[in-house]
Amino acid sequence: MRVNVTVNGEHRRADNVWEGESLLYVLRERLGLPGSKNACEQGECGSCTVYLDGVPACACLVAAGQAEGREVVTVEGLASGDELDPVQESFVERGAVQCGFCTPGLLVAAHDLIERVPDPSDVEIREALAGNLCRCTGYEKILDAVRDAAAKKAVR
Amino acid sequence: MSAPARSPQELHDTIAGGIGESPLRPDGTLKVRGEFAYSSDLWHEDMLWGATLRSPHPHARIVRLDVSRALAQPGVHAVLTHEDVPGENVYGLKYQDTPALAADLVRYQGEPVAILAADHPEIARQALKEIVVEYDVLEPITDPERAAHDDTLPKLHAGGNLVRHQRIVKGDPAATADVVVSGVYEIGMQDQAFLGPESGLAVPAEDGGVDLYLATQWLHVDQRQTAKALGLPLEKVRLTLSGVGGAFGGREDLSMQIHSCMLALRTGRPVKMSYNRLESFFGHVHRHPAKMYYEHGATRDGKLVYVRAKMYFDGGAYASKTPVVVGNGTTLSVGPYDVPNAHIEGWGVYTNNPTCGAMRGLGAVQPTYAYESQMDKLASALDLDPAELRIRNALSEGSTVVTGQVVDFPAPVAELVQRLRDLPLPPEPAGERDIRELPGGASNTTHGEGVVRGVGYGVTIKNISYAEGLDDYSTARVRLEVLGGEAVAMVHTAAAEVGQGLVTLQQQIARTELGLTRVSVHPADTSVGDAGSSSASRQTYVTGGAVRNACRAVAEAVYARLGVPAEGMSLTGGKVVAADGAVVADLAELLGDSAIEETREFHHRKTYPLDPETGQGDAHVQYGFSAHRAVVDVDVDLGLVKVVQLDCAQDVGKAMNPDAVVAQIQGGSAQGLGLAVMEEILVRDGKVRNPSFTDYLIPTILDMPSMHIDVLERPDPHAPYGVRGVGEPPTISATPAIANAIRAATGLELPRVPIRPEHITGV
Ligand code: FES
Ligand code: FES
Repeated sequence: MRVNVTVNGEHRRADNVWEGESLLYVLRERLGLPGSKNACEQGECGSCTVYLDGVPACACLVAAGQAEGREVVTVEGLASGDELDPVQESFVERGAVQCGFCTPGLLVAAHDLIERVPDPSDVEIREALAGNLCRCTGYEKILDAVRDAAAKKAVR
Repeated sequence: MSAPARSPQELHDTIAGGIGESPLRPDGTLKVRGEFAYSSDLWHEDMLWGATLRSPHPHARIVRLDVSRALAQPGVHAVLTHEDVPGENVYGLKYQDTPALAADLVRYQGEPVAILAADHPEIARQALKEIVVEYDVLEPITDPERAAHDDTLPKLHAGGNLVRHQRIVKGDPAATADVVVSGVYEIGMQDQAFLGPESGLAVPAEDGGVDLYLATQWLHVDQRQTAKALGLPLEKVRLTLSGVGGAFGGREDLSMQIHSCMLALRTGRPVKMSYNRLESFFGHVHRHPAKMYYEHGATRDGKLVYVRAKMYFDGGAYASKTPVVVGNGTTLSVGPYDVPNAHIEGWGVYTNNPTCGAMRGLGAVQPTYAYESQMDKLASALDLDPAELRIRNALSEGSTVVTGQVVDFPAPVAELVQRLRDLPLPPEPAGERDIRELPGGASNTTHGEGVVRGVGYGVTIKNISYAEGLDDYSTARVRLEVLGGEAVAMVHTAAAEVGQGLVTLQQQIARTELGLTRVSVHPADTSVGDAGSSSASRQTYVTGGAVRNACRAVAEAVYARLGVPAEGMSLTGGKVVAADGAVVADLAELLGDSAIEETREFHHRKTYPLDPETGQGDAHVQYGFSAHRAVVDVDVDLGLVKVVQLDCAQDVGKAMNPDAVVAQIQGGSAQGLGLAVMEEILVRDGKVRNPSFTDYLIPTILDMPSMHIDVLERPDPHAPYGVRGVGEPPTISATPAIANAIRAATGLELPRVPIRPEHITGV
């Protein structure tokens, strides 16, 4: 089948997509956007989180066909050109990235949180990110980064 | 054939910062942009997808194997079995006992039996179902203690079911004491659960060889094992490290290396393999589960007199790192304490359970849980404060450990415990509490009734680097050249960045040694000498030492080119500077068009094998020490645990990158917390019950409390820059601290981790 989807503001088309393919597979293998990660492909780790029509979703749980005509924003779409989004900047600056495999999913989830709740409390951050596993960091620096990004966004 | 369209990147973010500072990661921006090429992101035009058929049985004889139907599927390009292994169908880290593809016997559930390559991953997965394997199912051997002692059991390997037995005898093994405590402790099978799947891309080369781009911890050991199975000379099997999504020991053994290369060589096309999570649980080795019998004897005033212990490590189907686990487990068996008399025995055995190998804290996690449980039991028998008992018995510089080795470097164990004891405790809960901070959290299981609080300590000693006589070295190449009118250094090693920040550190060392700002890191590959493994907390020490040596050789070459004596000279701010501060030359001008390049190795000081009878010997290069204090709230009605606070004190010798050190301690502590209260691969009759992130639980951001981290720097005079390995100790001491805190809260014995709700409620 053919799938039409707007990705990071650009209209994209994928041909010869199999019935069983997920949005994650289409993004990574057909559209050349490997930023969203394939850590469990079972909806358990959050590494593949993307915006689907403005709402965070696990791309591994979305069938490619379900994305037809919809709007997707991936981690590749968070920065504008050379300028990183404050969430991206803070993750680098606060040491929230180690192996970085969880990072793309966490960035989308954290970006969404700050859009909804500009000044989140620690408990709100923890609740919002509870679906994103990270095996390297122990999460404390991720908390630091989200707090920092929220503060940056408030100033901008 | 060309390199993949997506392939490993050179890292040259130039963020200032030398040794002792905390510059940012050079790969950070790529990672947050989603542009960093992890091994599962690799892509080559015309590539095929590989897949693996695995045994559903833990123990069975293969009576028939027929791949013809699978091969006939449209879109399938090759289906290979053990008969197609071009070289020797056997590999292994310590012992050569693991087949690349099972021939006549399968020894664990998930053992690879056949592989194939197809146009699409789904075609590949469907085609696996067309491979016919008939098994004669055998009774699995699953009890490690029986495997160690019962000679009537079938032999899983030619040499029997024992991988290694090690005894350690110190002082009078039959010593007696006033106060004696004993216990039997068990630890479940933990998984590394790195997030990036096992993956890589094999590209056939014109010379009949193969280029493999992959995620691993040690390129050269993979190269040696893969080349042997492929029947190719080493130089025809070239490996390049791609982005690694965590490792924690789980990437020390081979997974898809030989398989992807076999398929690429057979089809003449690039072949990508990437495991899904289910396959990842079967495709890598886990932490050894263990059963340990301990007896501690002490004087009335709380001085340890003796320790006697027996420990059984379940190695599963193949040896992997089991010999090292037995070595570490026995030599570290009494902990960071002065123990005059000891009698220790450790066994590592083959069973038909999943294969166990390396995981962070290798061989030290198991005994630490046991002896730290014993220390609390002893404190209670002596009516002593648990921290006080540890302080009274702490090792210090000049102490003799259980193997007779003298600790000839700082060992501030008592100080670590004292510092934790001095930290403020969180306020006692009073009044209405935020439900989200209680055990059970937002699931609203309690409003504080039935919740009790406990405090516990855990302290550990871990050997750094490879031990028992191994020449464990690293190699670095450093090139100094002029780019854009500026002197720039390029560091090239084969050392694996697995997330720990080694790439940052390589830049820091080169900046410091060569007095430059701009330093790039070349992708790690096998075109430079061996760097050893990113494990055993050794890379900062060993590869750090090699980069230092190479930089110093480059500096010497600069002085030689200038024709000045090296004595008193230094490189600072891109200039050659004399002892009196006078600028002798500008580096960029001096270099001109001709670069300087030097390659050097670093070997750490010698270690020695253990005496087979007494276990005496200077087996270890260096020890790392860490201590945790945990505060927990336990809902005794439901058995739910909330770790309220977890504090850590660790000696790191020299904090090369203080922020990265703290990050290692935080991440390691989270893994220790996981083992204490949730992480276990459940195995019954040799079969894994929970191979998914739905059922194998790792800590989330809701499970990890905030931490106070106290980093000590007591330089080790034998180590480059005084460093002491950092990565492993925090994982080890966190687990017993939490277990002891839960015991303190509940008064229960709790002789097994992970501690599950039913262990607390007794139902
Ligand atoms: S990869 Fe989608 S949730 Fe894990
Ligand atoms: S940084 Fe490695 S999984 Fe989060």
